Amino acid sequence: MMFNKNLKNILLVVFTTLILSACSTAKKSGNIDGDVYTGKETVKFLASGVPDRIFFATNKSSLTTAARETLRKQATYLRKNKSLNVTIEGHADERGTREYNLALGERRANAAKDYLMTYGISGKRISTISYGKEKPVNPASTPLAWSQNRRSVTVKVN
Amino acid sequence: MKKLIVLLIFKVLFFKNAFALIEVDITRGNLDPLPIAVSPLHVDVKSENFEGAKIKELGENISSIIEKNFKATGLFNPLKKEAFVQKPDIAHLKPRFEDWRLIKAQALVTGKLLVKDGKLKVEFRLWDLAAAKEMTALAFTTTPSNWRRVAHIISDKIYERLTGEEGYFDTRIIYVAESGAKNQRVKKLAIMDQDGANTKYLTLGNELVLTPRFNPTSQMVTYMSYFRNMPRVYLLDIETGTQEVVGNFPGMTFAPRFSPDGKKIVMSFAKDGNSDIYTMDLDTRVVERITDHSSIDTSPSFSPDGKFIAFNSDRSGLQQIYVMRSDGSGVKRITFGEGIYGTPVWSPRGDLIAFTKMRKGRFYIGVMRIDGTGERLLTENYYQEAPSWSPNGRVLVFYRETKAGSKGEGFSAKLWSIDITGYNERKLNTETDASDPSWSSLLSK
Repeated sequence: MMFNKNLKNILLVVFTTLILSACSTAKKSGNIDGDVYTGKETVKFLASGVPDRIFFATNKSSLTTAARETLRKQATYLRKNKSLNVTIEGHADERGTREYNLALGERRANAAKDYLMTYGISGKRISTISYGKEKPVNPASTPLAWSQNRRSVTVKVN
Repeated sequence: MKKLIVLLIFKVLFFKNAFALIEVDITRGNLDPLPIAVSPLHVDVKSENFEGAKIKELGENISSIIEKNFKATGLFNPLKKEAFVQKPDIAHLKPRFEDWRLIKAQALVTGKLLVKDGKLKVEFRLWDLAAAKEMTALAFTTTPSNWRRVAHIISDKIYERLTGEEGYFDTRIIYVAESGAKNQRVKKLAIMDQDGANTKYLTLGNELVLTPRFNPTSQMVTYMSYFRNMPRVYLLDIETGTQEVVGNFPGMTFAPRFSPDGKKIVMSFAKDGNSDIYTMDLDTRVVERITDHSSIDTSPSFSPDGKFIAFNSDRSGLQQIYVMRSDGSGVKRITFGEGIYGTPVWSPRGDLIAFTKMRKGRFYIGVMRIDGTGERLLTENYYQEAPSWSPNGRVLVFYRETKAGSKGEGFSAKLWSIDITGYNERKLNTETDASDPSWSSLLSK
């Protein structure tokens, strides 16, 4: 009996692992992980090796590991260029209501701003603006395009 | 805006409901629209031309606008004029009821007009053909250039008489006119008559403009503009063209709507990434904070008695609809169905809230009771949102976008309307692509 129960547990564990791996393969298609864009296609650079944008999951404004890495590079760059000010533009994909998307873009831009501030960049150097779903970078109606459009972009203002 | 002076000269016989034999039930989808004959208005031979308009065609033009209005309700079936059995002037005096009944008409509209000394005099009569009786009649005087509005006012009076509800034809719709590629959209404020005529553009397209909404008591509009790259709520007087920023907020203000008395604007203000709901009194300029929550609170809409505000919040995780007292107390979530909910808009009758619902990648326009029960989804599509009520609370106008190809091709945004019965879905004619419609109150009220 004891043996049987243990075996059952082991089987369950194996089974769960199988399901989990199946899930992550299904969700990772091309340059999207979960539903966050991981590619470079739309990315521009503030300076060599400093990407200008980060990407978000649907309806989310939390920063992914990759987003944090990008923002740390931006913070380093901004520390080196003390006279430079930036605007962070927050964007949403087209699959939501206009007004909610304006608020969501604002939340995303501020998530990026807050992270830069924790790395010592003064909030006075960073303004934010939300464009909601109004300025898609990729006009297609596909999951890939939506993931590229769920973004915040750091733009030099001087 | 040109002021229309409607002079009620006389009201011939106005039968009360008890006498009416024909009546149109608008509370359910009408699969058997009422056959109605709209005779061209007889043009008095003493009439003079005006502003280059061909006076002889005016009677015909007015009746054809009335027919289009009726047809668009889905409740009436205007009959073809070829079958008409009497000349307009004679029918207007005394229809041969039995002959009109032969062409299966149940109601008949007749009228006449005279343009003289810069004035347009119009009278019309509505006849119940089965009962062989006049149901209502009205005459009024206005300036000749208002002839389209004359047609809409007549339509409203007849609709009112036959359905027992206020009409919605003498109204306008303000919206955002869109042009250009999907990722380089140019947006302008535009206004048109409810039937798509008289389109006027109110901004030049230099800055992004969004979500215009009518004041229910006047010809004022509130909207959002990115003028000087500062997204703020503005107030626009469409009679004078003057506009101003609403309040002095140090950040984005958006999602504006008027209170039912037109004296306040309720909107969202975003600070440090968090959006809450505020009101501003337009007379005193006093700003009040209504919600204070770390979630997104937006898309506020007053109840018609001004006592409550419905709004959109993601405080439970995803977008849902909430109702609170207009001071912000007593917040209550009302949507619990599968999917997420946005853009609540309170019906001018007070009994329903229209909304946008998103579920499994599809978008729905629906209505529910104000406590969230009795949800009815009226229309489903790839993308549609932002319902706005006709002033009588029977029809919703909203916008719908199509799926775009890999380069954005095939994308379009158009205005649509649907009855709250779920019947009679129609695309509105706009000169350009269009979004964010808002329906005005009756102009002649």
